[in-house]
Amino acid sequence: MIYFDNVSKLYPDGRAAALQEVTFQVAPKEFVSIVGHSGAGKTTLLKMIIAEDKPSVGQVFYESLDIHRIPRGKLPSFRRKIGTVFQDFKLLPHKTAFENVAFAMEANGRTDEEIAENVPQALSLVDLDDKAWNFPHELSGGEKQRVAIARAIVNQPDIIIADEPTGNLDPIATYEVVQILRKINDLGTTVIMTTHNKGVIDEIERRVITMDDGRIVRDDATGKYVL
Amino acid sequence: MITGLRRVMKAGFVGFWRNAYVSLASIFVLMVALFVIGATMFLNQLLTVSLDALQSKVDINVYFVPNAPDEEIERIRDAVASLPDVLFVEYTTREEALQQYRERRQGDEISLQALEELDENPLGGNLSIQAKETSQYENIARFLDEQRAAAEPQTPVIDVINYDQNRDSIDTLTGVINATEKASFTVMAILLIAAVLITFNTIRLAIYTSREEIAIMRLVGASNMFIRGPFMLQGIMYGFIAGLLALLAFYPLLIWLGPRTELFFELNLLTYYVQNFGSIFGILVGIGITLGLVSSTLAVARYLRT
Repeated sequence: MIYFDNVSKLYPDGRAAALQEVTFQVAPKEFVSIVGHSGAGKTTLLKMIIAEDKPSVGQVFYESLDIHRIPRGKLPSFRRKIGTVFQDFKLLPHKTAFENVAFAMEANGRTDEEIAENVPQALSLVDLDDKAWNFPHELSGGEKQRVAIARAIVNQPDIIIADEPTGNLDPIATYEVVQILRKINDLGTTVIMTTHNKGVIDEIERRVITMDDGRIVRDDATGKYVL
Repeated sequence: MITGLRRVMKAGFVGFWRNAYVSLASIFVLMVALFVIGATMFLNQLLTVSLDALQSKVDINVYFVPNAPDEEIERIRDAVASLPDVLFVEYTTREEALQQYRERRQGDEISLQALEELDENPLGGNLSIQAKETSQYENIARFLDEQRAAAEPQTPVIDVINYDQNRDSIDTLTGVINATEKASFTVMAILLIAAVLITFNTIRLAIYTSREEIAIMRLVGASNMFIRGPFMLQGIMYGFIAGLLALLAFYPLLIWLGPRTELFFELNLLTYYVQNFGSIFGILVGIGITLGLVSSTLAVARYLRT
């Protein structure tokens, strides 16, 4: 469902390349982990999927749609098909957990009835029913990340993109977040995640793509963390 | 569509309350800007009224000889009245002039007795002429001089034209009026520009604190209008509240200032404020809302471009 066709990303001065001739595809319902050192190009890769960054060469497809030929006005509706989770959570600071999740649905034009029904379900899936009315600054790191995951899944996207979702979390919170992502994947959503965390990779036991210096150096069906 | 509008409204109000500190700062700055704009408006009104009052005190008087024929007087009066520069002409007949003289000398027995000694009314009729602009008196005076010159030397009609006696004061006044209008226009333009820039920058800073939020909203797939809407509404609210506060701030100030301006400028600003409250409200609140809306729309647009 996601297809990278010979994608390179060069910086204008031509000194360094963030991505070099990257080609791979992700099938529906897959759980793909992307590992690599800092600066290996993992985040650039994810940004291309949500049209935050453009390839210098090559194309990125979502099903048969060339992501970087989507007109600007259509980008918001495209992004609603993809749930995103970030290392720094990216919650709206002046909205409660409930409102943060509801915002994604409001932006999507859902009805109030749907919001009243789906937001509690999403919060309950990440085990945060009792923190629905807390503001982000009243939540722990793990709780914030779970709110972000609830927001990412509430519109029932086809795919979840998670950029270092456990990067700022302690081991217990990391374990919880990984369990939630696996549960979401088991329910049928494709997950693409970048990580540094060896324990996380070894525990998931799914496909692992290893990147180094902008290139894909390994692609294992049930990978281990090898660097 | 209606749901979207309702959500934008709600988000705008909620954002306004939860960012109370930023909202308060923006409102305060906008209020000061509107206060400056309002103050220049009042000042301008004072200047206009007092200049008008001064101008209405300037006139040219034409005194006719006592035995001037009525048809000649009427001819000159009509000719002067038809000049484009003339605002109005007031004709005082011989009899009225005498009446006025008597009233003025009430109690001055010697003058009145002297008048009684005379067989006939020694006074001629006169015209009091007011121009639309002080600078036009010269033209009118020239026209009157031509009229005088055109008359038969043996039977003069016009006795005295008092422009020459008033000339210096009229010239000075014209200069003062022109200079004052220019200066007040310049000062107002500078104040207005400063007020607009300060407001724009304050709101830009307020929205700068929200740039992360705007980026997040985009990532979640919110459309540009959905992101912009609440900020635009907040801009409108800032302007509306600031306009009301500025109006409110003027009231006690004018209670104090009103009687003083009446003494000095012949215009009680408090009365002016109360009588024209509708239009002053409209102007201040209107400018506030426009400033708030335009500033916030421009400021958000920066973060929606990519």
